[in-house]
Amino acid sequence: MSNGWVTVNNERIPIEGEKNLLEIIRKAGIELPTFCYHSELSIYGACRLCIVEVEGRGIMASCSTPPRDGMKIKTSTRKLRETRKMTMELLLANHEMNCPSCPKEGSCKLQSIASSLGVSDVRFRKTREKMEIDTGSPSLVRDPNKCILCGDCVRYCSEIQGIGAIDFAYRGEDVRVTPAFNKSLSQVDCVNCGQCAAVCPTGAIVPRSEINEVWEHLENEDCFTAVQIAPAIRTALGEMFGLPGEDVTGRIVSALKKLGFDRVYSTAFGADLTVMEETNEFLERKRNNGKLPLFTSCCPGWVKFAEQSYPELLENLSTCMSPQAMTGSIGRKILEDDKAVDGRKIKMVSVMPCTAKKFEKGRDELKTGGNPIIDNVLTTQELGKMIMQAGIQFAELRPSSMDLPMSSGSGAGTVFGKSGGVSEAVIRYAASEAGVKLTEENIAVEKLEGNPGIKVMTVSLGEEVYKICTVQGIKNADIVARSASEGKCTYDIVEVMACPGGCIGGAGQPVDSEGVNRAKRAEALEKIDRKEPVRNTAENPFIDPVYKKYLGGKAGSREAHDLLHTTYSSRKRIQSSEYDLIKPDDEMALEVKVCVGTSCFLRGSQSILSGVIEATEEDFKGRVSVKASFCREKCDRGPTVVVRNRTLHRTNTDEVLSEIRNALS
Amino acid sequence: MMLNVDLDRIKSRYINARKDVDRRIIVCAGTGCLANGSGKIYELLVELQKEKGIAVDVRLKPEEDSPSVLVSGSGCQGFCQVGPLVTIEPDGIMYAHVKPDDVEEIVERTIIKNEIIERLLYTDPATKSKCRGQDEIPFYSKQQRTVLKSCGNCDPDDINEYIASDGYEAARRAYIEMTPEQICSEMKNSGLRGRGGGGFPTGRKWELALAQKEEKKYIICNGDEGDPGAFMDRSILEGNPHSVVEGMLIAARATGSDEGYIYVRTEYPLAVERIRKAIQDAEETGILGSSLFGTDSSLKLHVMEGAGAFVCGEASAMVSSIMGNRGMPRPKPPRTAEKGLWDKPTIVNNVETLAAVPLIILGGSELYSRTGTENSPGTKTFALTGHVANTGLIEVPFGTTLRQIIFDIGGGVINDKGELDNSDFKAVQIGGPSGGCLTEEHLDIPLDFDSLGKAGAMVGSGGLVVMNKSTCMVQIARFFMEFTQHESCGKCVPCREGTRQMLELLDDVIEGRGTEETLSLLEDLSRTVSTASLCGLGKSAPSPVLSTLKQFRDEYLSHVVDKKCPTGNCSALAVYRIDAGKCRGCTLCARKCPVGAVSGEKKEVHVIDESLCIKCGACVEACKFNAVGVV
Repeated sequence: MSNGWVTVNNERIPIEGEKNLLEIIRKAGIELPTFCYHSELSIYGACRLCIVEVEGRGIMASCSTPPRDGMKIKTSTRKLRETRKMTMELLLANHEMNCPSCPKEGSCKLQSIASSLGVSDVRFRKTREKMEIDTGSPSLVRDPNKCILCGDCVRYCSEIQGIGAIDFAYRGEDVRVTPAFNKSLSQVDCVNCGQCAAVCPTGAIVPRSEINEVWEHLENEDCFTAVQIAPAIRTALGEMFGLPGEDVTGRIVSALKKLGFDRVYSTAFGADLTVMEETNEFLERKRNNGKLPLFTSCCPGWVKFAEQSYPELLENLSTCMSPQAMTGSIGRKILEDDKAVDGRKIKMVSVMPCTAKKFEKGRDELKTGGNPIIDNVLTTQELGKMIMQAGIQFAELRPSSMDLPMSSGSGAGTVFGKSGGVSEAVIRYAASEAGVKLTEENIAVEKLEGNPGIKVMTVSLGEEVYKICTVQGIKNADIVARSASEGKCTYDIVEVMACPGGCIGGAGQPVDSEGVNRAKRAEALEKIDRKEPVRNTAENPFIDPVYKKYLGGKAGSREAHDLLHTTYSSRKRIQSSEYDLIKPDDEMALEVKVCVGTSCFLRGSQSILSGVIEATEEDFKGRVSVKASFCREKCDRGPTVVVRNRTLHRTNTDEVLSEIRNALS
Repeated sequence: MMLNVDLDRIKSRYINARKDVDRRIIVCAGTGCLANGSGKIYELLVELQKEKGIAVDVRLKPEEDSPSVLVSGSGCQGFCQVGPLVTIEPDGIMYAHVKPDDVEEIVERTIIKNEIIERLLYTDPATKSKCRGQDEIPFYSKQQRTVLKSCGNCDPDDINEYIASDGYEAARRAYIEMTPEQICSEMKNSGLRGRGGGGFPTGRKWELALAQKEEKKYIICNGDEGDPGAFMDRSILEGNPHSVVEGMLIAARATGSDEGYIYVRTEYPLAVERIRKAIQDAEETGILGSSLFGTDSSLKLHVMEGAGAFVCGEASAMVSSIMGNRGMPRPKPPRTAEKGLWDKPTIVNNVETLAAVPLIILGGSELYSRTGTENSPGTKTFALTGHVANTGLIEVPFGTTLRQIIFDIGGGVINDKGELDNSDFKAVQIGGPSGGCLTEEHLDIPLDFDSLGKAGAMVGSGGLVVMNKSTCMVQIARFFMEFTQHESCGKCVPCREGTRQMLELLDDVIEGRGTEETLSLLEDLSRTVSTASLCGLGKSAPSPVLSTLKQFRDEYLSHVVDKKCPTGNCSALAVYRIDAGKCRGCTLCARKCPVGAVSGEKKEVHVIDESLCIKCGACVEACKFNAVGVV
């Protein structure tokens, strides 16, 4: 329904619920330049490029001006063009312009808008000093010298993910986007989802590239290289080669072989293993009144978030490794028997739509004998670049198939790539186990008003009724996790994917900052699923032999636990959390740690600390070492002091000193 | 619960107690005078009189016998330049430049013997005559102090004194005798316009807020005064904090708000302390809180200290800052009046605006609108500084001309040598970093919101900097540009990057790298910044540059074409020469030159190599024969 008309350059355009002029102008077929307008984020109004002339009101930013009936706007007057051009020059003056060598080359919005505005000359000087590049994160590289301060990353991280790992600091020309206290992304609550990089219009935040390391493995004759590809890349990589929305699995395999990989496996096979193990884990918990809801653990962004914000829910997290790790873990087992390896060092590479997988591969819990299961993670983008570097004409490749036995997953394993896929796969498997044929009648989908990021399904399988919740985005995950933490959550399974739309919207996917390709990628995945002769994990013919050979014959066996399950640990601690105040003279010295975290400090830990230091210097010199420590997570019981192995809560100086005397005697 | 506070009783008790006081000594305790030692003077006045057996006190206590001498600290009395100021009533004596050493003499001669100490009186620089009190001092007598009236002659920490001079009477009327609609219409009739810079009609603002259908509404008093050299709001908060509290009470009634914030810069510790005390006293007296004046309205006021960001004076940035977020403006609509603090309608008024409100309600809009001009009624405070004889805080009716302000109140222009020389007037900068420069031709324009706007300046918060002919206008533009670029929040591109590049271009002009192209680029960039910036800070940031470019283009041109600064202020453009007629060849300058740019044989004329000279001026200082000079 139209609420009046706006005249855009002499063309009358109806107002149909658009919240701002920019949307109306786009409807008129005119694309205005903008960096900070993002349909999923709040209006920011900072780049000032989408300005238009509104008759009677002058020049205004179209992103933040609501349309009114009778408005007459012009989008490309001389004054507008000149102002936009100069604004662009201002941005370019301080932008680090090493464009040809920038990872964002070719998909940089700054570059494309500058060229469309016809900026031929930058009349201003560089005024800013070079800032340090943050390379601390295993997933992302942050180069503040390329940042144009549009704030898309800041708003994505806080508005969609609810994390706020980065924000603006300082003012005027010193403004920068940074983690708190200029720390590295690796030292703060960043979950490595990389959506900041996905929305970044420039190369200021980019996925960390592992291309060079992978080239090295490929060229090293002492290495045997196996690569796995995640379902979500199969319908996205084509975007980089003019084949958007196409299933390019076969071409990817051919390209990987051409690049020199010895084996190509499907992560969907690992996903099928996940379905087996996770369904088994769930049913067992259900039977034995175990911890529920069961939260999925496929998404490393979510896992890290849970570890840092909900340590009390870690037992609710499925102990299943992610499909990437399962594929890698079982892959290494399979290759042990593969004669072709011939004593060479196995290098496991995976191609993922995800930046958090780069973090996941380094988790201590996912190492065997000190070595990571996965050596390198390439994003979809990185694989695309390697293909280009090698000069492979991707579009013209003839499809090949992956290597047995992990040559393919079931349709269920493939839909892992989109939000809701894990749940769907588990339901299919559980239904087949229960001998129930799935129809639309078994599944009732509830819609939560106003939040498409949380979906709830009630599945009836015979006598059993399961309530399954699928969540997209960490902010939504926080909502569900909080209710679980408070004991209010009645779901049986909660599937969490940190990225919009699930893995298909991962930050490692080809650049798609407005998310327009997500739907196409998901559709193409569904198409693969429908065409797949094997749609249910239970029917994957290679699962059974693999279980028989390597995994103790059935889901949940001891062997399966050894190879396919993992553990988690709380990350609620401050890093480098202890300071030596009185260093021990010898290793035998009694160690006393006084918590100086906020809560304990407010309860008087500082005076205990001074008391202990004073007493040590007077009476226990050389026999006691004193450390200031941070949060021990028992804030309600502070002040907390640890004397060797004994923790004293709600303690005072006298009690601590007498404990020290006891321990020394 | 406090019901209907009895203002009349408080008033009559105070007046009764005051009757028995023979003398009142008011020591200025504004920030300027305090910095010059007025705190010590205040203490000594009490101490020495006690020693001499005089019944002296610092506060009237109605339940006790009144002292014969009441010593009070006041807010800023305005004439900071000649502080510390001590006023003695009812004698009408004002002593200037008082030092602690003078206190004994004041007590001995003025208090005990009723003599006037001539040497402590202010001397009018124009007539060289001694002035006994404010009535005789042109700086004061030419002003019309209404909002500032009580700043300087009352004890800001004594709520009873405020009540005794009809304080909170306007609020009582607003709550008991007037409907919110009546208050709004009274304010509209008065024509009062916001004193924060924009000049939006206050009554209209309140009316729009009243029409908002939300149950919860907030009011904010904007005391984030940040213009360099401006201290009007600070003086009111320090000198008459209750007038601001009362203004907020009335604003709350008119708009239907029940909670408010007073946002004061943390750099104003005294203002923060006094407004906090005023709120506490008003709460304890039963004026502020619940059941206001016996009605079912309530008002809770908080003081919020801003962390010193100029941009937080912008309403949406201030709202963001109060909510604990980064103080950055957001695009409008929605305006803060629709969605402000916690998304509720929020009315933001400036300190001076709020302080004028009780006067309007008490005296009536008709009386108020008789002062000033038709479109800008009332008076306005200005901070008068620069090359004028008298600097300080002044208040004049709108419509007063710059000539009256600079030459009558300001006492005329001071030249480079510190002498009074009215012919040395060059320009006056009005409106701070958002304002512009006006010249001789504008001296007789009646000042108001509209006339200043037309002349390329703005009322702004009311900074008034007078400049004599030794001032380089490019340097002035640079000064304000440096300020705005430093205070830009950094959100939008034109302001963040544009102001920085404007500063670069001005530096090019000042340091001799500029060409005529620099000036045209500077003008283009100024237009881009003012057209495309997100908030008022950026939109008005180029004003000082554009107005100096317009009024003093020749001066810019001589910097870029002739590579000369006509005032000699831009050292990079200065050329040092040795006058052959005066040089005796003593070699001193050559020895002092740090870069060896001076050469010449002993007892022969020396020369400076311009290509080597770093323009440090060491040669000028060294020469005993006045032979080295700047051309």
